[in-house]
Amino acid sequence: MKNVLKVFVAVCFLLSVAAMPAVAGNVVKLQKGEPVHLAYWFVTSGANTSLGMDTFRGVEIAIEDFGGKLKGHPIKLTGQDEMCGPEGGQAAASKIASDPSVIASIGSNCSSAAKPGVPILWKMGIPNVSPSNTAPFLTDPASGPDFDGYLRTCHNDKIQGAVAAEFAFTKLGLKKAATIHDGSVYAEQLQQVFADTFTKLGGTITSQEAVSPGDTDMRPVLTKIASGKPEFIYLPMFIAESGHVTRQCKEVAGLEKVALMSADGSFSPDFLKAAGKAVIGMYHSSPDFSALGDSYGKFLEKHKAKYGISPEAPFHAHAYDAAMLILNAIDKVAVVSGDTLEIDREALVKAMYATKGMKGLTGTITCDEHGDCADPKIAVYKTSEADLKAGLMPTVPFWKKY
Amino acid sequence: MFQKWKDRVTITDIVMWMIGGTLLLLCLWGSVSTIRAGLYTKSHWIDFLIFGLAQGSIYALIATGYTMVYGVLKMINFAHGEVFMSGPFTGYFVATAMWRSDFLDNHPIMAIITIFAVAMFVSTMIAFLVEKIAYRPLRGAPRLIPLITAIGASFFLQYLFKGLYGSGINAYPDIEILNGFWMIFGIRVLKIQVIVIIAAIVLMLVLYNFIMLTRVGKAIRAVSEDKEAAALMGINVDAMISTTFIIGGMAAGAAGVLYALMFKQVHFFMGFLPGLKAFTAAVLGGIGNIPGAMLGGIFLGLIESVAPALFLDGLGIIAPYQLKDAIAFTMLVMVLIFRPTGILGERLASKKA
Amino acid sequence: MTKAQSLWNQGVKIGAIGGVSVLIISLVGMVESFGKRDIIAGILPMGVAIALIISILAAYMAAKKTSIPEKSIQFANAVVSGFVISGFLAVFVMIGRSFNIREMFVGASPVLYNILTGGVAGAGGIFLLLLTGVLCGAFAGILHMLKDLPRKLMVNALLTIFILGLLQELILPILKAWDVGMINYLAGLFYTLNGLTPIGAILSVVIFCILYLLWNANQGAIKFKYASLPKEARKKSQVAALIVLAVILIVLPQFLGLFLSEVITIVGLYVLLGLGLNIVVGYAGLLDLGYVAFFAIGSYVVALLTSPQIFAFGLNFWQALPIAVICGILAGVMLGIPVLKMRGDYLAIATLGFGEIIRILVLSDFLRPWLGGAQGIGSIPNPNLFGFQMVKPQHIYYLLLAGIILVIFISLRLKKSKIGRAWMAMREDEDVAQAMGINLVATKLLAFATGAGFSALSGAIFASKIGSVYPHSFNVFISINVVCIVIIGGIGSLPGIVVGAAVLMGLPELLREFAEYRMFVYGVALVIVMLLRPEGLLPEARHKMEFHDETEAGAKTVA
Repeated sequence: MKNVLKVFVAVCFLLSVAAMPAVAGNVVKLQKGEPVHLAYWFVTSGANTSLGMDTFRGVEIAIEDFGGKLKGHPIKLTGQDEMCGPEGGQAAASKIASDPSVIASIGSNCSSAAKPGVPILWKMGIPNVSPSNTAPFLTDPASGPDFDGYLRTCHNDKIQGAVAAEFAFTKLGLKKAATIHDGSVYAEQLQQVFADTFTKLGGTITSQEAVSPGDTDMRPVLTKIASGKPEFIYLPMFIAESGHVTRQCKEVAGLEKVALMSADGSFSPDFLKAAGKAVIGMYHSSPDFSALGDSYGKFLEKHKAKYGISPEAPFHAHAYDAAMLILNAIDKVAVVSGDTLEIDREALVKAMYATKGMKGLTGTITCDEHGDCADPKIAVYKTSEADLKAGLMPTVPFWKKY
Repeated sequence: MFQKWKDRVTITDIVMWMIGGTLLLLCLWGSVSTIRAGLYTKSHWIDFLIFGLAQGSIYALIATGYTMVYGVLKMINFAHGEVFMSGPFTGYFVATAMWRSDFLDNHPIMAIITIFAVAMFVSTMIAFLVEKIAYRPLRGAPRLIPLITAIGASFFLQYLFKGLYGSGINAYPDIEILNGFWMIFGIRVLKIQVIVIIAAIVLMLVLYNFIMLTRVGKAIRAVSEDKEAAALMGINVDAMISTTFIIGGMAAGAAGVLYALMFKQVHFFMGFLPGLKAFTAAVLGGIGNIPGAMLGGIFLGLIESVAPALFLDGLGIIAPYQLKDAIAFTMLVMVLIFRPTGILGERLASKKA
Repeated sequence: MTKAQSLWNQGVKIGAIGGVSVLIISLVGMVESFGKRDIIAGILPMGVAIALIISILAAYMAAKKTSIPEKSIQFANAVVSGFVISGFLAVFVMIGRSFNIREMFVGASPVLYNILTGGVAGAGGIFLLLLTGVLCGAFAGILHMLKDLPRKLMVNALLTIFILGLLQELILPILKAWDVGMINYLAGLFYTLNGLTPIGAILSVVIFCILYLLWNANQGAIKFKYASLPKEARKKSQVAALIVLAVILIVLPQFLGLFLSEVITIVGLYVLLGLGLNIVVGYAGLLDLGYVAFFAIGSYVVALLTSPQIFAFGLNFWQALPIAVICGILAGVMLGIPVLKMRGDYLAIATLGFGEIIRILVLSDFLRPWLGGAQGIGSIPNPNLFGFQMVKPQHIYYLLLAGIILVIFISLRLKKSKIGRAWMAMREDEDVAQAMGINLVATKLLAFATGAGFSALSGAIFASKIGSVYPHSFNVFISINVVCIVIIGGIGSLPGIVVGAAVLMGLPELLREFAEYRMFVYGVALVIVMLLRPEGLLPEARHKMEFHDETEAGAKTVA
């Protein structure tokens, strides 16, 4: 009996030593006919599905435009649902990271999902480009080495929040504002940028409130906001919560006439449904599509032909650019040797960061050392009754800074 | 004397009194400093109260379903939140169809009645089927088993409706006659809230009287007292349990439409949180006790609306409304510590112990 | 009962139930989205396969439930119910094609109608659909008439094809990883890139049948041989089996590859949680729905102590781990004290409230400076063992394995100890236990504390595995899932928990197509398992006895 145990322990030890494999290199080898595998992680269920579908379609069109093939290998696109939250982001990123054939990933939509997800991907050496994470943290130098493989083709909210504050203070001439966020990384950071800029310009922030995702009864918290008598409320949240706040603002004494402004996270026709008539006269900040060139017009035509509808959220073009950025970089670093295609993901990240002057749909894409690649043009829109009737967000900017 | 006192009071009692006392002091201190800071005027407080009352009466309606099922089956019907969701989610399609054909604008009262009818029918059917499929075969099993089937039924229903109706945003159309305000005693009150509160009170009165005065109600009460004895008295126990689920389903369906009219957005997950809250309300009031459920619901609604501003604002806690659920649950735990059977649960407790 | 009554009761009614089931899985989109994957390449898409399986099952039930023991009527019932099922679908297709029901039912797409009618347009398609239904019914009827052995053989062979096709994405990469000519050839013979080859399907049926018959013939002999061994030898063979199991467990991740290892680590985390909750629910009989709180505490303690964000204590994982477990135990005692007097459902809801309070507090802006709020805490370093960074799931696996073995060991020892017996006594009847001189306060608190400690251990490993902690990860569904694992596995049974976690958490991860329908299938599975096997999948002997003693079970619910 004792002998058996000794043998057992010895075997266990030997095996566990043998079992520790060397850390694999970061080179993906593709045999003939094996696809170049890109993974996306977008919101594909829940209230913000329109955002996920919008970006997904952008990526699909980009792959089509690229020719569907890379050096003779077909391009394969698979995806996960990041559910617009940290929990979904962790799960989606873990799934992508556990697939050794993934070369690079595109996502996430929501910054809350990216914050835990990106380090998980990067640990496995998978570079990631996001079309719609706008939270400043993600490309902040303070975010550390976990985010070294992360780039984005959309604007940084340092810009969007400032635009909103300047609009409220200079254009509307309002001096007292309140903000409300839902605890997501996106909303929290964006309202903070707004509040900081607004105070710097000389305005007063009466209160910075927060609700929980899934809350429906916003009237009490709005009553609390009303006690500070703001003239302007900034509510940069996602569709469901923004919808509730917008609707219920009109029902709270003291807030009937207050100017409301939301941001790109709820810039979707679904928001019109969620907010109903209360949306008339409301302001939104979002990328300026009227300033884009011919290539965007062509993209719209393709989109309409392929899916039968116009884009539903503001990040389809950024998604297109994100996919193009990745594909171009892979094209640059992929080495054909005999029948196989070798892609060194370390070289790939370097090539992605080295992207300069790429002509994208959203402008000229040039990445800085932190991973911000966008050419940001943020405009302010105002919803009219006609927009509500048509069920589409406004397309002509109401105000722009540049 | 001291020895006697020492025997009766244990360390755990002292710990609990200390926790309770600390929380009470904190609440008092918070309230005093909030009121002294004078952030809110009288009309703000009245608004808080009315908002809480409206929300609370919906909780109360759902809670009656929980409490009645608990009464007859002694089980937590986890799927009740989904019963609540199924009605208004289906009603949404009826409402949109009527809105498109202008019926909603031309005959709003008729339209609203139709929505109620459809939603209550669907909720009732779901409640009935859940009982028949998931609970009835397990009548004799230990209590954890139906709890798991209830959780299973809850997940199944959520994702069934997600699969059937999709997971995107669906919002009820605006109904003109429900928009705007009424002035009652010089207080500005939202029409929809008045309607919700009145409808909930009427429904609860009907329900209560049905249970207390009719033969069927009497039979249900008999079943919840003692199943075997009720069966011996010639009561069809299974039929009474089904009836209970049907009544609970109707109340949940009605509550669902009221909820949808108040908040507009409907989605497959909308039942979870109100369901949890209503269950909390039922326990707060003393589970198995119908007036208790109503009281618990309204109490919970008021706490959620008033407490963050009243207790926490004065303590200098930022963004207090993020913590409203924490306050609600703390309240629940406190009530259970000092009254382990809920506010009105006395009768039941003495019997069950 | 007359023939007509039987036809109505068993044929039509069961057919209607089957019809509604197939209709539901069609409407929620399962048939369509699984249609993209083939079980047998080019012949049988997975969605259709699932619909067929349900139809055949329903028809078989119709035949089996037939109250008249006459083969012809049983067969007729099966055919009728098959026809009714397809009739439901046919009516649905006709309605869907003539009215716009897609506004309401998002899954009612033309693609679905095409799949259901076999791609044939118009009346021909409807006819084909009805014919399929009748054939399904007839097949089920024949199946029912067969003798036991051929029936089992046939059913299991068909299931083999289905499972091999279903698990293709798992089997193929494992085979390919060997990169040996022979295995590559076999892989090519059996599988295309989408589904089994027809030859592969036939071959696997043949191989399965041979194996099954061999096993069937020798099963009795093997069992007999084992039973006739002397006690010594039996014990030796048990030890040998344990060693084989240990070796398999140790080398397992080397063969599984990245994805399966990831799945196994997820299952492992839930096994740890389940083992902890088993002490509270299974041994001590206290229903705790706020169990996630301790998981969260374990995670957050490790995060706060090891992450450079917020406080930057700069401890490593091994230093933080015991602190996390101790904090978990303390929290268990602290949360245990207030709920001491509560029983049953009051206890359940109070603990659920605790779980939510912890999550909401962690989430709040108010505690953000100390706990990170909704932004969570990131950059948690991986565990480091003698300079070796445990980065991949394969490495975390060993950490979990060690944890699980330790916890199983403690659980087994506790169960047989005085405390364990006190827990059981308390589970059966608190008042009697107290009367027998058991200190309820200490016993209860000990159960809470032990369970909480295990949960915190799981949380600590979770935090360092995933590298970041967020309040959103600690919602009430974790608690609910763990309760389900414990009960589905078989309450109080340790192997049951492993099986429960593997079935409830592992299987849905494996079937990637199921991702969207995961919770749907999960819900159905919970209900069905509890209806068919209320004692759980692998019940503890003592509990099993209870379930099979009708009178006692009946008496319990009344009490």
